[in-house]
Amino acid sequence: MSNTMIKRTSRLSGLILRRDRIRIPIWLIGICFFTFVVPLSFLELYGSQQDRDVMAETMENPAMIAMVGPADLTNYTIGVMTAHQMLLLTAVVVGLMSILLVSRHTRGDEEDGRIEMIRSLPVGRLSNLHATLMVYTFVNILLALIVGFGLYALNIESMDLEGSLLYGATLGATGIVFAGVTALFAQLSESSRGTIGLSIAVLLIAYLIRGIGDVSNEALSWVSPLGWVTKTEAYGANDWWPILLMLGVSICLFFLAYYLNAIRDLGAGFLPSKPGKKHASAFLQSPIGLSLRLQRTGTIAWAIGMFVIGASYGSVLGDLDSFFEGNEMMMQMLASEEGYSFTEQFLPMLMIVMAILAAIPPVMAMNKLYGEEKKNRIEHLLGRAVSRTKLMGSLLIIAVVNGFVMISLAAIGLWVAGVSVMEEPFEFGTVYGMAVAYYPAILVMISVAVLLIGVLPKLTSFTWLYLFYSFVVLYLGGIFQLDEWVGDLSPFGHVPQLPIEDMAWVPIGSLTIVAVMITVIGFVGYNKRDMEG
Amino acid sequence: MSVLKVSNLTKEFGKFRALDGVNLEVKKGEVFGFIGPNGAGKSTTIRILLGILKATEGQAQIFGRDVWTDAVEIHKKIAYVPGDVNLWPNLTGGEVIDLFVKLRGGNNKQRREELIQRFDLDPSKKCRTYSKGNRQKVALVAAFTSDADLYILDEPTSGLDPLMEHVFQECVMEAKQAGKSVLLSSHILSEVEKLCDRVGIIRQGKIIETGSLSELRHLTRTNLLVETKNPITGLQELHGVHEVEKKEQALSFQVDTEELDAVIKHISQFNIVKLESAPPTLEDLFMRHYEGKEQAESGAGGRS
Repeated sequence: MSNTMIKRTSRLSGLILRRDRIRIPIWLIGICFFTFVVPLSFLELYGSQQDRDVMAETMENPAMIAMVGPADLTNYTIGVMTAHQMLLLTAVVVGLMSILLVSRHTRGDEEDGRIEMIRSLPVGRLSNLHATLMVYTFVNILLALIVGFGLYALNIESMDLEGSLLYGATLGATGIVFAGVTALFAQLSESSRGTIGLSIAVLLIAYLIRGIGDVSNEALSWVSPLGWVTKTEAYGANDWWPILLMLGVSICLFFLAYYLNAIRDLGAGFLPSKPGKKHASAFLQSPIGLSLRLQRTGTIAWAIGMFVIGASYGSVLGDLDSFFEGNEMMMQMLASEEGYSFTEQFLPMLMIVMAILAAIPPVMAMNKLYGEEKKNRIEHLLGRAVSRTKLMGSLLIIAVVNGFVMISLAAIGLWVAGVSVMEEPFEFGTVYGMAVAYYPAILVMISVAVLLIGVLPKLTSFTWLYLFYSFVVLYLGGIFQLDEWVGDLSPFGHVPQLPIEDMAWVPIGSLTIVAVMITVIGFVGYNKRDMEG
Repeated sequence: MSVLKVSNLTKEFGKFRALDGVNLEVKKGEVFGFIGPNGAGKSTTIRILLGILKATEGQAQIFGRDVWTDAVEIHKKIAYVPGDVNLWPNLTGGEVIDLFVKLRGGNNKQRREELIQRFDLDPSKKCRTYSKGNRQKVALVAAFTSDADLYILDEPTSGLDPLMEHVFQECVMEAKQAGKSVLLSSHILSEVEKLCDRVGIIRQGKIIETGSLSELRHLTRTNLLVETKNPITGLQELHGVHEVEKKEQALSFQVDTEELDAVIKHISQFNIVKLESAPPTLEDLFMRHYEGKEQAESGAGGRS
């Protein structure tokens, strides 16, 4: 690399730091905060080795290993526990940070035409890429040092200096690897969306391969950079050479990116951008088809997410009873009911959380109607032969079906994982019935969204506040010993808590009727008001 | 026969009165120019006509039906192009055109392809990558593909290059020849002059002038440039003479159309060598309505 290729790199580095002077500290503070808080709270919650051994037992199942990776469960100190439960997930977050920030300064700037202006000045061809990578290598090293010395400064017995520095270095090295991955995709793809999408795909695939490898075949985990993260065994064996491996790979990625950047035209990429469809499919040609199409990616992501959440809750059901016996806070949260196991008492609380989560995607789907209005795109539909009732109805149908699919997937996930870990698994009907009992409450949330869009569109976000209120009072209500009426203000508070309570059809029926009435008012309002935008 | 009839239309946004008793009529087969500066109320009027906003007072009818209650029926027979076209970034232009055409009903494949070619649009690209002009082309192709009886076009050429503006004008003329009606809102006066049979000028929510171009021209002045052997005298004393300016040998001035005869008689006494006359333009008319007043009472600004 001759000197002229990277002329004025330091100037550009200054520019990058200036533009990201808020972003970089926010990422660093956020990541460090969680890294430091978790071992402290572990110390609080699992002070004795006995508590931690119980936790280690809960961790010893394929679902958990697939999620957070393997660890030395026989020596489960606070340090090992932190590294086991936090390091991999934090590394994913650090990877995401590198992807978003690096793509912003490489392909993002190029797409918006800013690189063109920079390149018309006396700067080298590779200066911008070089400056970006130098800045973010530096940021990741800084992160490694802060995390390393910070963890050591917590002064927790099992967290020695070497382990802490290795923990930090693992995070930093992962960040540098994904800076390299993003720099490479910024050369290959023609758009910043493509760059981010492909880089995140690599991150997710790395996570999945590692998960599969950790459960079934250890050699497979060595293929994935995220597999190397758990191989460091911070606070245990303290293995440094995965860090060297990561740095080696990063240097290769950097030079490949430099090479490709040097030989390509500005604005061009190496992956051909595929032309889109010239005609709309028959499916797209209606308001309902259009809305489904616009929400497609988000809906699929939520559906997978709900299943995974259900499955991860289900995977701990097997060890719950032994887990709760040693945990006072959890005992307090569960009002003790005679004749039911802890697992059975814990289940309704899981259901409330899953039902509230499952209400998010349908409310998002409904709120899309107002979002489109504010973006001036609703007039394309209403300006044609589409009535307001039909338009709102289309989105309502999507939201209603969406909510049902989401809660069902969460229940199925819970059951599937539960069956594999429990000695006496629940019947499918029991679990599914419990979940679907919450469906009318989800319908009420959707109807509130309809009402606000129809009558008070400016207050659409109030639906989220209401959902958040439901979560706070019902999930934490047990701890704070709140009055019953506080919970009754939320639709979720009226649903019978199966299996410890009996099934009651009256609240279910009235919730549904309330939902229908509120929806009708929303439709009437929507047919009367001015469109904004 | 009137296709569109608006009487005493008033719209208030809170305390702000955006429209104040607007009267409009578009007859079958005519191109009606709706002109006025930004913020005068053009877009508000059009959005009421589309049933997207509800009028505070007054009546608006298209094809004899009420624009608010019969919106869907009316929309089957109208095509609308907004001035600021926002599209879905992850759909292609082709998909959006098909969607729009389908939502109205009816589908003319051949016409669609022809228009895509004439407007030189690449329908395989995502809307995200389109410039303002290209997004406008998508809306225009969708509008002219459909077999509508009334075209409502709200500043449709604001992002088009001169070549595409010409294609657009052809499309409007074709629609007119096919007996369709067009409501063209614009502030590009040369375009209105070229296309429109009648115009209405709106200012601060009120229609201040309506009529055919030739009718309106009576209200304006003709530009004259005269060169005479003997210097002209007494011109300033005549009625209806404005802005006299000496240009080398010649005099240039404006004459109120109704005073033209008297003025020509007067200057013919001075041995005319050269006489150039330029017809009054819409721009003169427009400027006359806005000059001076603009500073005192500036418009509300912005599309609502």
